[in-house]
Amino acid sequence: MDIYESLCDITGSDYVSRQQEEQYIYSRDSGAQPPRRVDFVVMPGSVEEVQRILILANREGISVTPLGGGFTLSALVVPQKGGIVMDMKRMDRILEVNEISRYALIEAGVSQAALRSYLKKHHPRLQHSTPEAPPTVTVTGNALIQGHGHLTPRYGLNSDMVNGMEVVLATGEICKLGSAAVTGSWYTRGPIPDLPGLFIGWFGTTGVVTKLSLKLYPRPQYRNVVVFSSDDVDAIPEVIFELTQLDLLEDFFLITQEKPDWMNHIFYVVILSAHFKEELAMKKRIYREVAGKIGGGKTVKPVDDLHPALRTRFLDVPPKAAVAADFRKGGGFQYSAAILPFNKVPAAWRKGIEIAHAHGMIASYVHQVLTCHSIMFGFNYSFNRADEADIQAARQAVDESNRFTLDIGGMIWKGEAEAQRLVMKKMDPNTARLIEKIKRAMDPKGVMNPGNWELPQ
Amino acid sequence: MKFEDLLHRCFRCGYCKLTDDYDDFNCPPHMKYRFESFSPGGRLWLTRAWLGGDVGTSERFEQILYSCTLCANCVKHCIFPFNEDLVNMFIAAREAVVEAGTLPPAVRDYFKALRVHGNPYKEPAEMRGDWARGLSVPTYDRHEYLLYIGCVGSYDERGRKIARAVARVLNQAGVSFGILGPAELCDGNEARAMGETWLFEELAKKNMALFQARGVKKIVALDPHAYNAFTKEYRKLGADWEVYHYTQILAEKIDVLRPLLKVYPTAVAYHDPCYLGRHNGIYEAPRQILAALPGITLAEMDANRGNALCCGGGGGNFFTDILGGGKDSSARIRIAQAREAGADVLAVCCPQCAKMLDDAGKAENPEKRLEIVDIAELIVRCLRKEETP
Ligand SMILES: Cc1cc2nc3c(=O)[nH]c(=O)nc-3n(C[C@H](O)[C@H](O)[C@H](O)COP(=O)(O)OP(=O)(O)OC[C@H]3O[C@@H](n4cnc5c(N)ncnc54)[C@H](O)[C@@H]3O)c2cc1C
Ligand code: SF4
Ligand code: SF4
Repeated sequence: MDIYESLCDITGSDYVSRQQEEQYIYSRDSGAQPPRRVDFVVMPGSVEEVQRILILANREGISVTPLGGGFTLSALVVPQKGGIVMDMKRMDRILEVNEISRYALIEAGVSQAALRSYLKKHHPRLQHSTPEAPPTVTVTGNALIQGHGHLTPRYGLNSDMVNGMEVVLATGEICKLGSAAVTGSWYTRGPIPDLPGLFIGWFGTTGVVTKLSLKLYPRPQYRNVVVFSSDDVDAIPEVIFELTQLDLLEDFFLITQEKPDWMNHIFYVVILSAHFKEELAMKKRIYREVAGKIGGGKTVKPVDDLHPALRTRFLDVPPKAAVAADFRKGGGFQYSAAILPFNKVPAAWRKGIEIAHAHGMIASYVHQVLTCHSIMFGFNYSFNRADEADIQAARQAVDESNRFTLDIGGMIWKGEAEAQRLVMKKMDPNTARLIEKIKRAMDPKGVMNPGNWELPQ
Repeated sequence: MKFEDLLHRCFRCGYCKLTDDYDDFNCPPHMKYRFESFSPGGRLWLTRAWLGGDVGTSERFEQILYSCTLCANCVKHCIFPFNEDLVNMFIAAREAVVEAGTLPPAVRDYFKALRVHGNPYKEPAEMRGDWARGLSVPTYDRHEYLLYIGCVGSYDERGRKIARAVARVLNQAGVSFGILGPAELCDGNEARAMGETWLFEELAKKNMALFQARGVKKIVALDPHAYNAFTKEYRKLGADWEVYHYTQILAEKIDVLRPLLKVYPTAVAYHDPCYLGRHNGIYEAPRQILAALPGITLAEMDANRGNALCCGGGGGNFFTDILGGGKDSSARIRIAQAREAGADVLAVCCPQCAKMLDDAGKAENPEKRLEIVDIAELIVRCLRKEETP
């Protein structure tokens, strides 16, 4: 049997393709990266099928790239060395919600939309941390890339909310990680060696996650947004510090856009939630008071007449951020995502505007404060998908932003192949070799999404 | 291709696959095939690739294009301003395929039958009015309404039963109507949906001339597909009649019918046909009728109104079956949704939905715990006794 026939034998031929149509669609994502070759697309329906595919890939020495929603925009799900794209979306069951221990056990293909809607229907007092990404992206893909959601400022990165996993190693063994390895229940990640860390941030190079246990959180009934505006770029670190000193916010964004004029300011968007109306009113009042005192009362001013579009933009969960991302109305968007300490924000703010202008674009920012320690600073580039020169410009702008981020001591989040190369080059050599050793130990034949996190030649 | 300049605007973000509150996937071909290529965005990206020569014409490409049921879920749920043209883009892509002359055999056969026989069933025109045999249904002669039946109501066994029920109920409601019988022509909605715009326009012009010659001012359509063609597409060609779906007329006449009805205790889920609901915004008339039927309780499915799941028959799939059946087919999923809502009856008001769901029910609902019943048939069941008009 050749590889195609073997894949058909595993999943049934309905869920395997080597046709030009699937090869075309899976060879590119919605960002600005150029397409790359895909040989097969397969959609497993069970952990056993995943296992058989990985054993096959090992035997044949063919690469496997796991795909959830495929929406990092940095083409992480497009193979760098051809081979099989393993689309996880058929594994879409919500297996358990443990209300009292507040966790959900889901399969890897469960979308943000599905989990959110299931919780709303069956466990309305609980919620999970939802990214601004389109609702079709997977909960697992987001957690595996250290994504962030609307509860991140309060509870941490979405990857910190992972309680445990079921994984299939590159060599085919199925393992349970977290408390389920010992107790059969998925309620906590430790206290044993932190094995989920072997799969988080690795871009599918260490194995395939088939199940994820995710922490859920209380869902307050009331939400509102308070917004402050300012034109003082240098004051940004102080404002973020003061607003996060209070332990009361749910979510926190910094936004701006050069056009229309009313958007051309720094907006601090603080999302508050509460179980009681009085609680919400109190939080709102406190934030206005605290913000009013920053810089002797001169740094920020409250925005009382918030544009309705902004209100729904931030209160919808998940918000329709994709519309904002397409601010040039050309169907294309990619961002260089920098994880920065607060004191680096003013420099990045100015540089991002400079890069956008140098490439003939207007600047548009949406940055999310992650916890009270760092910020996801998005250098956003919207482009016209029908214009090759514009795509190149976006690609170039992303690359310049990545380099700048590393230069000022920032980290690049979910970087495309070239960004990863830059990071690996700058990385402490012993650390880079450790990554290489771990990858080799876990995937001796090098079939798992090769090309990612590779030692610089 | 028309709308070519919009294709690249799709971000492939996938809101269009979902319902309003993201409760469920709702694009039939994507639900069945699961590959991204079968999603609305995949279809747009592939169309662009095909036009640009990056993807060649193939059976798979045509399957992807023609398995779309034009249900307009994407129109309703894509978050970008070009959403209103999504179905138009898919039709334009099919037009381009028709122009290129490379058609899936089932589509080619449909067009051929329509050209040669005037209907996809390859039946003689004289049989068009046979469904009304034994009923008191006059030939249209300056009645208030022309009752337009269409190919499915005229030739399909299930469709004919529905046509008879509609005619009987219109009679009971005292509506003045007539039919064209053997003179009726295909409305062309499906030809247009499958990209044969030229054949559609030819049929539309013939119909318009015929209606004008007969002095038609108001039309009641049995089939939401015909309703759609008459209200939207014929209008673009200059037609100016008043057009109604039969449920709109019956909802208006419900007080006339009310005294004739007996209690019929049953839980009913209502399936919104795409061409009545999402395409034309008619959600309430059928529900008003159901609410007026004594004994009937409405067991709404979660996916209702703008979120209703298509039966899988739209966009020509009723005739071509390019979408195909199986456990992930939308018709079967729809049956499961109705059962989950606790319904004994799944009420429809489109002969194509009725047939699609009937067929799916045989697999999904073998013990027949759920019946597929047209709203007119449901009213007939509720009639105490039928008055002769
Ligand atoms: C408008 C917009 C807004 C966004 N906002 C946010 C935001 O607020 N927060 C945020 O975090 N992100 C955001 N994103 C980025 C991205 O869309 C999300 O992070 C998304 O959740 C990634 O999930 P995915 O399912 O698309 O992952 P994928 O892209 O499918 O996968 C990500 C990586 O994980 C690997 N992988 C996927 N599944 C598995 C598996 N089962 N086993 C092993 N490896 C696997 C893949 O190979 C890939 O390397 C946004 C994107 C857009 C377009
Ligand atoms: S059709 Fe609209 S919602 Fe769907 S993928 Fe394209 S842009 Fe997104
Ligand atoms: S019209 Fe319906 S079937 Fe076609 S792409 Fe849109 S949602 Fe899918």
